[in-house]
Amino acid sequence: MFVSNPFADLAASIPVDVMQWYVVLMFLAVVGGTIFDVIHKKSGKYFFDKAKAAEAARTRELNSGDKMNIAVQTALVDVATSAEFCNPHRRIAHLMTMYGFILFILTTIALVFAYPTHAAPGIVSLLWHLSALSVMVGGYWFWFVIRVDISAEGNPCYKLVKADLFILSLLGTTTFGFLWSVGQSMGGGSITNLLLALFLISSTTLFCGVIWSKFAHMFFKPAAAYNKRIVKADGSMENMPEIGDLSDKALQERFPDIPEYLGTNPPNMGLGIKREAPRHY
Amino acid sequence: MPTFVYMTRCDGCGHCVDICPSDIMHIDKTYRRAYNIEPSMCWECYSCVKACPQNAIDVRGYADFAPLGHSVRVLRDEEKGVIAWRIKFRNGEKDLNLIAPITTKPWGESIPDLKKEKAPTQEQKDSQLLYSEPKYIRMDDGDIHTFESNGLKMKQGVAY
Repeated sequence: MFVSNPFADLAASIPVDVMQWYVVLMFLAVVGGTIFDVIHKKSGKYFFDKAKAAEAARTRELNSGDKMNIAVQTALVDVATSAEFCNPHRRIAHLMTMYGFILFILTTIALVFAYPTHAAPGIVSLLWHLSALSVMVGGYWFWFVIRVDISAEGNPCYKLVKADLFILSLLGTTTFGFLWSVGQSMGGGSITNLLLALFLISSTTLFCGVIWSKFAHMFFKPAAAYNKRIVKADGSMENMPEIGDLSDKALQERFPDIPEYLGTNPPNMGLGIKREAPRHY
Repeated sequence: MPTFVYMTRCDGCGHCVDICPSDIMHIDKTYRRAYNIEPSMCWECYSCVKACPQNAIDVRGYADFAPLGHSVRVLRDEEKGVIAWRIKFRNGEKDLNLIAPITTKPWGESIPDLKKEKAPTQEQKDSQLLYSEPKYIRMDDGDIHTFESNGLKMKQGVAY
């Protein structure tokens, strides 16, 4: 079931050109929506203005090698492992959703453009189904349990807001796509056609709704993570204080309360309020 | 002026929503990021500022005593058991960094068991001191921290 190519069967009723043009149009919608989003919300301008304003507060000058090193660290740590999230459950759910979605897109492109009318290699179809499942597990976990509207605000899960447009259309795309494929491998029928229609409506909403949804965070958040590392490295710190090494003699002389109350080699005091999840609504 | 959130830093974890004593930090319905829903009710307790793991919340000081352009930012490092403040003056020349301990023992390990404490005596009940209130915060105890001990005199209701 999971090694069959669902798009090959679809080619019998929908021309291959139409399928391929749909994928191209969705790609253009994402590119156009993201550029419009950056211009309309002035997020690019915000970053450049902020960087310029922080110039006076810099204590170290970074060369291009340092910046490249920070960019690699951002890609490897903040982007590839979603290190920003302090809640480990949220981080795992995000990783499942993110990698599932990337794989879902890549395998969909492979199936639609390389194997539109015939059976694809089993591994490609298998990865298409597994990636959809990965998005579903991570996404529903987030939607029903982790979502801050539920965990911190105490709202019921059925209370929808505009911020749900992205996650719901993403879950709709993968869920209906997966169920449509399963229905097709079981012989098709009117329910399978309905699932196909829902799959297309969800994916069109997902890719064409960039300016109304948080789809653009895929491009926006890495820039924010990079900026966060840059301000730390160049010492501007966005006016944040720097704590440093508490066992350092010079620091202890400057702040004598540290050795007096914490000792000359202060221990790790544990997680503090982060020992509990923020769900005391 | 109240707290505000740097949207690029906030990851919508909900710590500020959880800790705000005025219940005015909430999650935005469009971007799923935190924001202050009622700035006029914010008493600037800095609870959310200190709790935010992303340092995404800042406070604007009231313009009458803190002219715009200054900065007061705080970093609460619980694992190190310290809190750090950085106060930057409007002219950019005065830049203070302060660090102070906030605990002497690991978090959660030294919670007093009040059931085992002795019941207060009648004298303690009659006293105006609160339970375990340190005596040195009293203004009239042994002439510590009194106006007189600090050489101040009251003139028209103000200590000079």
